[in-house]
Amino acid sequence: MTIKLSFKEYDAALRENRLMGLKCGRCQETLCPPRGACAHCGSTDLEPVELSGRGKIASFTTLFVAAEGRDQELPYALALVALEEGPHLIGRIDTACPDKLDMSVIGKNVTTAHAVFGGDKYSAGDAAYPLFKLAD
Amino acid sequence: MRKVAVIGAGQTKFSGAQSLSLTELFAEAASEAMADAHIEARDVKALFIGNALGDFAEGQGMAPAFIADYIGTMNVPANRYDGACASASMAIRDAFLLVANGVYDIVIAGGVERAASLGTPLATRTFAMFSDSRYEFPAGMTFPGVFALLAHRYAARYGLPIEKLKEQMAQVSVQSYQRGLHNPKAHLRKSVTTADVLKSFTVASPIQLHDCCPFSDGAAALVIAAEDKAQVLSSKPVYFAGVGQASSGPLASQGGYLPRLKARELSAKQAYDMAGLTPADIDVCELHDCFSIASIIAAEGLGFFDPGTAGEAWLRGEADIGGKVAINPSGGLKSKGHPIGATGAAQVYEIVRQLRGEVEAERQVPDAAIGMTDTLGGDGGTMVSLILKRGW
Ligand SMILES: [Zn+2]
Repeated sequence: MTIKLSFKEYDAALRENRLMGLKCGRCQETLCPPRGACAHCGSTDLEPVELSGRGKIASFTTLFVAAEGRDQELPYALALVALEEGPHLIGRIDTACPDKLDMSVIGKNVTTAHAVFGGDKYSAGDAAYPLFKLAD
Repeated sequence: MRKVAVIGAGQTKFSGAQSLSLTELFAEAASEAMADAHIEARDVKALFIGNALGDFAEGQGMAPAFIADYIGTMNVPANRYDGACASASMAIRDAFLLVANGVYDIVIAGGVERAASLGTPLATRTFAMFSDSRYEFPAGMTFPGVFALLAHRYAARYGLPIEKLKEQMAQVSVQSYQRGLHNPKAHLRKSVTTADVLKSFTVASPIQLHDCCPFSDGAAALVIAAEDKAQVLSSKPVYFAGVGQASSGPLASQGGYLPRLKARELSAKQAYDMAGLTPADIDVCELHDCFSIASIIAAEGLGFFDPGTAGEAWLRGEADIGGKVAINPSGGLKSKGHPIGATGAAQVYEIVRQLRGEVEAERQVPDAAIGMTDTLGGDGGTMVSLILKRGW
């Protein structure tokens, strides 16, 4: 299996606020984040494409308990976003008041920027993650 | 395939951080199971053990090899299974498959974990390892975070006001505590009201402390045997009727289907099809209630209730003893506890004892003949379904 879009390539693009995905040559579905085979048809005929970064919040949560080493980030809000091109992505919601979010945030339009997790002793180094900005 | 039975079941008390090692904990559960089955360790031909976090809990990888030696199974193959919270159920399913296919006559399958011993911050970090490490953990995903996203998704998808869903979730916890109060091996034994749940602190909105199961230490083990051995050794063999297992990718890749978890539905269908049974045939079910919303999603995924309606079923008592299906009479993960690598084996332990009519009267399901277990690993990445029935 040829890796068409590696984690490192996806990560480097995200750090420039470019969201990369893959387009399936067999069923034309768009995939994000990267994977080796199409989630819809299993084909490995995939080509990297740049996505719009636009989507809608499908769900959210505000966390008040974090994993070891990440307490200083609390509270923070995560979102499951349905991207315009079809796939879903998990990232953080860019808001000064994560503890004030309620169900009304579901369905809101977002654009994708990024932030960086510095890594810890149980991870393979630092990594960018999607930071969703509310567009409405 | 040969018929295969559980002929012995053992479980340690589930608890907070305690002093016994992984090996000692498993030995305690295995001893009880072997005594129950009237066998000795030298009769056991293989050992299949779920253990997800031994490396982090006490620096012990490859625990099954040391356990095999410690309990006296005489150099048999000893395999470790890691499917996060579903580890032991994977071990049990593989034990079933290998006995059914004539490779072994008698095996021990089970699991062991020292999850409470990790302490909350490290336990939260290690449980988060069951989410995608490169694409989801960097944003700050945790295990409660996964189910919190599912809870809000559930409310949005089925048009349920979040306050209503929280009330339903609270009832799930209240029922589990009520049953666990009568389980002497349960970790948390106390009475809790809906008001108690709703005033506990928020872990990850909308999930509050009493919506969550505890981190627990403990072990559970089963003696699994081919029919000819079972007929000789046991007056009450509990047979495997159907088994299923499926996997999933990261939570986001399951996106469009959420809050339903496709791997569970595929796994359950395999088990129902193999057994020739339907959800209506199940008398008692131990399902994966790591969070109260997880119970609601599981009961729907297993086919007991229509999507969007399980919370109401709990409020009406339909998910309790005397209802449509008796769910988690052990107290579930919520009250009994969740030593993740052992959890699936403890579910089977409960079903075996329910079918034999051996549990405390306050939580015995009358005339239970067919039972089911449902075990979820991580964010749905691993799902195992087992259906068991009385063999006498
Ligand atoms: Zn495709």
